[in-house]
Amino acid sequence: MILDSKIPEGPLEQKWDNYKKKAKLVNPANRKKLDIIVVGTGLAGSSVAASLGEMGYNVKSFCFQDSPRRAHSVAAQGGVNAAKNYKNDGDSIYRMFVDTLKGGDFRAREANVYRMAECSLNLIDQAVAQGVPFGREYGGYLNNRSFGGVQVSRTFYARGQTGQQLLLGAYQALMRQVGKGTVQLYSRHEMLDLVMIDGKARGIIVRNLDTGEIERHAAHAVILATGGYGKIYYLSTLAMGCNGSAIWRAHKKGALMASPSWIQVHPTSLPQSGDYQSKLTLMSESLRNDGRIWVPSKADETRQPNDIPENERDYYLERRYPAFGNLAPRDISSRAAKERIDAGYGIGPLKNAVYLDFSKAIQEQGKEKIKEKYGNLFDMYLKITGYNAYNEPMMISPSAHFSMGGLWVDYELMTTIPGLFALGEANFADHGANRLGANSLLQASVDGYFIAPYTIANYLANEIHTGKISPDTPEFETAEQAVKQQIQDFMNIKGTKTVDYFHKTLGKLLYDYCGLARNEKGLKYAIEEIRRLKQEFYKDVRVSGQGDKMNTELEKAGRVADYFEIGELMCYDALTRNESCGAHFREEFQTPDGEALRNDTEYQFISAWAWKGENNEPELIKEPLIFEEIQPTVRSYK
Amino acid sequence: MDLHLKIWRQKDRQSEGKLVSYDLKELNPHMSFLEMLDTLNEKLITEGDEPVEFDHDCREGICGQCGMMINGIAHGPLKNTTTCQLHLRSFRDGETVLIEPFRAGAFPVKKDLKVDRSAFDRIISSGGFVSINTGQAPDATAVAVTHQTAEEAFDAAACIGCGACVATCKNGSAALFTSAKITHMVLLPQGKEERSERVLNMVTQMDKELFGHCSNTEACEVECPQGISVLNIARMNYEYGRALFFRRKG
Repeated sequence: MILDSKIPEGPLEQKWDNYKKKAKLVNPANRKKLDIIVVGTGLAGSSVAASLGEMGYNVKSFCFQDSPRRAHSVAAQGGVNAAKNYKNDGDSIYRMFVDTLKGGDFRAREANVYRMAECSLNLIDQAVAQGVPFGREYGGYLNNRSFGGVQVSRTFYARGQTGQQLLLGAYQALMRQVGKGTVQLYSRHEMLDLVMIDGKARGIIVRNLDTGEIERHAAHAVILATGGYGKIYYLSTLAMGCNGSAIWRAHKKGALMASPSWIQVHPTSLPQSGDYQSKLTLMSESLRNDGRIWVPSKADETRQPNDIPENERDYYLERRYPAFGNLAPRDISSRAAKERIDAGYGIGPLKNAVYLDFSKAIQEQGKEKIKEKYGNLFDMYLKITGYNAYNEPMMISPSAHFSMGGLWVDYELMTTIPGLFALGEANFADHGANRLGANSLLQASVDGYFIAPYTIANYLANEIHTGKISPDTPEFETAEQAVKQQIQDFMNIKGTKTVDYFHKTLGKLLYDYCGLARNEKGLKYAIEEIRRLKQEFYKDVRVSGQGDKMNTELEKAGRVADYFEIGELMCYDALTRNESCGAHFREEFQTPDGEALRNDTEYQFISAWAWKGENNEPELIKEPLIFEEIQPTVRSYK
Repeated sequence: MDLHLKIWRQKDRQSEGKLVSYDLKELNPHMSFLEMLDTLNEKLITEGDEPVEFDHDCREGICGQCGMMINGIAHGPLKNTTTCQLHLRSFRDGETVLIEPFRAGAFPVKKDLKVDRSAFDRIISSGGFVSINTGQAPDATAVAVTHQTAEEAFDAAACIGCGACVATCKNGSAALFTSAKITHMVLLPQGKEERSERVLNMVTQMDKELFGHCSNTEACEVECPQGISVLNIARMNYEYGRALFFRRKG
């Protein structure tokens, strides 16, 4: 199979315009003849459903939460990037493109990244018009701040709740369309399979989580905007319900998965405090604007942080990366923290954390100013840990956060299955091997508001003569039976161990062998262990309750069953990439001073994987990355 | 620490519910309240019982999905917090803890501690938005908003839609939730144009959903995880009166 990324012709800055000029249109009278399914109601899902609804298509919007407003985009707190250059500090679309490409360690497509930077300007306009209360200067103009990996101020923020406010804007736009009847909303529904007819995506099978009923929904196109699968690690910054099932089931129907092992580990999450823990909470990266990160310069330090004098503190990011200091990109900062913790300098009860210290910022700017900028984060820290971060440094630790991998998509955001699109974190595009801070909200939003409405229309223009798709076909019947059979199988096992036991065990395996650092031996071991664990799961899991009623344990079982297979593919992906890049740090490939060693001669490609059936090795298909505008350089933040 | 739990168990909307007692021993005080329920559920599943159904997702206090009455208080004893951000250190060793679903006519129980809050979505879809189509918005700097106004709008926009205000109100009123959205939108220039239509539609929808009238006890503000002010309700009432006045005139 040869992958066609469909990158439009012309110079970089004209590609998107060239595409839009030539893209086919669907006339307004024909749009009501076309049905579209959108799975997921985060920033990408809500915005695309709202956009397509207002254009006149029939849209069905699905989410597993009780309301679309709960999607996990709410939790991206720090901000959203846009190359508006309001600070007059030299920002531009081009500079944002370079920062993003470099931040992703030159493992993303130039054309996609440039388009994201280009559309960033519109996103701020769109959000402000929707009433998103971004931070303002006293004169009334928009304010912004700096984020990791860049040297300009291009991050717009709404206190520490930027994701929440952007999501509410998109949710409100969606609910406006629901009120008008252009979008039908199905909350508490989970997609369990993709239905294909004649090689095209034509519908989905969902489970109504309230009643346990299995439903069929048909459409001319299916959009997956289901977020990332970082919860595979069990302990992560993602919401409890975040999962990879929708994209995984599409993968098993033929959609390729790209770069599954590139999972970002965020440097500023709260450390794990015990075995009972269900998730790790993220403290926004924006805190690194004013907070200084350090560990004691003596191993096994027992003194309280405020008792450790300045000359006995190791500000290791400022020491190792003086040009970026505490704002070094996430992969670099996370690895640097792990290096110090592993070397015995970790702090906290489990010695698994580093300090994030605001004392200097409070001294210079005053407590009130810091409170205004980050007050809600300090409150959250107090609630969770019981410690007051105005008086002593926060304890932070790296944790799994964002999946750069996902379904392979072309420039139109279409997967290798015609009519199946993947948006936002569910696709692999734009971020390369590492995502720069404040680009996730951006990518999800621009995919949904500004890109997919054009590219999906281009696809649907050929579908206006198809006629209504019926869900009463043999393809729907087969898919529905398979879903019902899987549920019955889970219920019949009646083993002794809970679903969470398996999820936690898998998560620990992945943290140890396919986490911040990987090596060949560990990855091979992990593949074997995951297979063994999966077998045990199918023999010994206990799913209580009934299959045809509300049943959270059953939902979790389906998700964990998919995680075994995703986890195995993550390890394969990491194993075949004999280099270190971004979030992927192979211990065999590092410089003498411990920095990632990229290999552009052999690995300047996207790994796209095809499903070859259970217990068969997946097939690797390479999409070469061609850099015309900038040449990959060694990433240095020194 | 040990806890004695009394939890509301209800099979479905139609069935009658009852309180069931459970004992948990040797809990870590750093555990969150929901992690304590996870621990209970692990125990119930292993013992062959059905686990307790409860709503939750982000566990960061921001998605608004978790929520239950704990010892008669929405989200429990800690002020301005969600259930997921409540930790066992807020309880005494050996304490009896009463756990019930949010109670309100407009929030029917689905199962155990899960309730149906879709009425909130319908209130938003009746007018809680700015009517701007996507794709062609004017430049963001075209209209200046003072820092103070943006912050004031933000205070209202911070509502997470958890429903604690409704659950704690003796009339089951959604006035705090609805008024927060109305205030957010009316303060900003982008939302001002449709202020009259918005408030009339949203208040009408609120009544249709069988939420009670505001009881003026201010309990909602006390229990709100985001500390949303009851002054928003005063603003909603003003906006409602203003809209009626101008509608009559027009």
